[in-house]
Amino acid sequence: MNGCECTPTDAALVKGLARIIEPYRGQPNSLIQVLAKAQEYIGYLPKWVQVQVAEGLGLSLQEIYGVTTFYAFFSLIPRGRHKLSVCAGTACYVKGTKNVLKGVRDAIGIKPGQTTPDSRFTMEIVRCIGACGLAPAVIVNGKDVHGRLEAEQIPEILSLYE
Amino acid sequence: MKSLDELAIIKESAQETLQIRYGKPGVLHKAHIMVCGGQGCISSKCAEVVDAIREALKKHNFSDHVKVVLTGCMGPCDMGPVAVVFPDAVFYRRLKPKDAEAIVLEHIIGGQPVTRLLYRVPGEKDPVPSMYDIELFKKQERIVLRNTLYIDPLSIEEYIGRDGYAALAKALTRMRPGEVVEEIKRSGLRGRGGAGFSTGMKWSFSAAAAGTPKYVVCNGDEGDPGAFMDRSVLEGDPHSVIEGMAICGRAIGAEQGYVYVRAEYPLAIERLEHAIRKAREFGLLGKDIFGTGFNFDIEIRIGAGAFVCGEETALLASVEGRRGEPRPRPPFPAIEGVFGKPTVINNVETWANIPAIIFKGADWFASIGTPKSKGTKVFALAGKITNTGIVEVPMGTTLREMVFDIGGGIPKKKEFKAVQTGGPSGGCIPARHLDTPIDYDSLGALGAIMGSGGMIVMDQDTCMVDIAKFFLEFCVDESCGKCSPCRIGTKRMHEILERISTGHGREGDIELLVELATTIKTTALCGLGQTAPNPVLSTIRYFRDEYEQHIRDHVCVAKVCDFANGDPDASE
Repeated sequence: MNGCECTPTDAALVKGLARIIEPYRGQPNSLIQVLAKAQEYIGYLPKWVQVQVAEGLGLSLQEIYGVTTFYAFFSLIPRGRHKLSVCAGTACYVKGTKNVLKGVRDAIGIKPGQTTPDSRFTMEIVRCIGACGLAPAVIVNGKDVHGRLEAEQIPEILSLYE
Repeated sequence: MKSLDELAIIKESAQETLQIRYGKPGVLHKAHIMVCGGQGCISSKCAEVVDAIREALKKHNFSDHVKVVLTGCMGPCDMGPVAVVFPDAVFYRRLKPKDAEAIVLEHIIGGQPVTRLLYRVPGEKDPVPSMYDIELFKKQERIVLRNTLYIDPLSIEEYIGRDGYAALAKALTRMRPGEVVEEIKRSGLRGRGGAGFSTGMKWSFSAAAAGTPKYVVCNGDEGDPGAFMDRSVLEGDPHSVIEGMAICGRAIGAEQGYVYVRAEYPLAIERLEHAIRKAREFGLLGKDIFGTGFNFDIEIRIGAGAFVCGEETALLASVEGRRGEPRPRPPFPAIEGVFGKPTVINNVETWANIPAIIFKGADWFASIGTPKSKGTKVFALAGKITNTGIVEVPMGTTLREMVFDIGGGIPKKKEFKAVQTGGPSGGCIPARHLDTPIDYDSLGALGAIMGSGGMIVMDQDTCMVDIAKFFLEFCVDESCGKCSPCRIGTKRMHEILERISTGHGREGDIELLVELATTIKTTALCGLGQTAPNPVLSTIRYFRDEYEQHIRDHVCVAKVCDFANGDPDASE
């Protein structure tokens, strides 16, 4: 597995994760909540995190893996420092998502799902960010929305994030 | 809250605050400035506008006389940031922080609206100051969105001031559970998630089911690309959903509810968490509500990005923390739902309708809409249209009124081509059917569906083969893979569309698409697969000539498809 970290590199992270799991100990129904919190804390879900969650909630590692790979929200590999989400809702699509994707590819050479070699950006496609009035739009790090985009504006926007 | 008197006291004091928003002179304030805090306006930096207004008020020593409120989504997203100033209901659009000074000086202190910030009908000179005179608002009828423009979503008091929790009080103290179910049945309310099943019938199945405990679930996994109605309700009026669910709890005998919200909606989750906390504090969730012995509480469950989880059986699996894969029905969730127990599962918009129906009565609700589709429907209007945003219209409004009166028509003098309803499960409706009334059955007859409320307008520059491919690609990505018609069938259809759109289409491809589509529709396990072929079928039905031009002449009239660089085996 590319980028897999099977053992924790930092004892503090193990403790931090244990604190996240504790309120849900033995509650397999809360798996998705716990994984979401764990990912928020660690940044992604390497194998050691999944093992620790499995033990805490009383599930098998196979069940955890089934869930982490099913939902688009979870990532098993490290992501870039900035998350660039290109909206591909229908409104954005008819107004030029394709141009935006091309603009990103031209600027930093990545396609959806990929991370730049310098770990600066991870690009993903999202369905609808509810900014249809600003179509086509991208959202950076889940909060900064840039709308009414032309491909030429992409480099300038990316330069805001180091 | 142990008694109705307590509710009445809160209501009375909140109404004092609220009356200025109905155009009456304020008791405590000279004006209320309501700034839209919906996603569209947040994206265009409404928070900075709010700060600037507060700053300007402070500078002119007017802070005590004016209340500034960040509301839920007001609707007209492309005009954002927008604001409404009460009591005169003056509507401002495209605000910038630097406009704050003028609003405070000229309007609040001087009494004259700032003309340059007012709404204008495109092509006309005179501005339209009052929100109530703007066509976009005039044609709407707001039941689900009854509060979003008028209250602070963080204030349970203001919700109560607008008759909030009065319906729950009525259901608990003046109605028997069976009467509540009967009232919902009689209202004619149908599920707003898209399928349109009778809500009252659903409730009656769960009420009669034998298993205990029973559960109430809110489906907030709004996944259609181009749809954000549920988000605007959860962000702008979360208590209406909580109240609706509690009423159902009373009706079917459930004590626990779950709201399933997409992780991609952090603000909706935050507002809902806040609302649940407040409702508990006020004793409107929890034990012995209104001293009636009725207990009800709600937990939030986070959806983690799987479109199929909008399908009810998949959603239930996800609520239990498992992979969100659907299962065959029956048994329906009403009989065997969460943890195998009877469960009523409704969509956000459906829940928001419930308190209004119980409060005002089934007859009032049934008087709105068409014979078979009662009430209103919220739509997210977007695409090649002048006014994008959230609108709520009575059922039976025609597509033409929607696109041209409310939506303001097609910008840049382009020609209308089609309107797409129902997202990846829906269909494209051409110009000749624009006079169709919007209701479940009329849209269904055209090969589209009501769906959850996404409505995307397309002009001459949209290629119908490309758009069919777009939706199918979405379904290929989102297919959970459990059943083969959906997993393999949609992929094969996508491959055919790929070759048509790259200039490698073959004679017989259209027929092959139709054959595959028909098979998938009849054999797929769940709603996702059964409806995935709809965008292809409806575009073939109305725009077959476009498909033929692509295949025979290698021509894309909309100039979207690029035949030069096409690769028939492209599988990206």
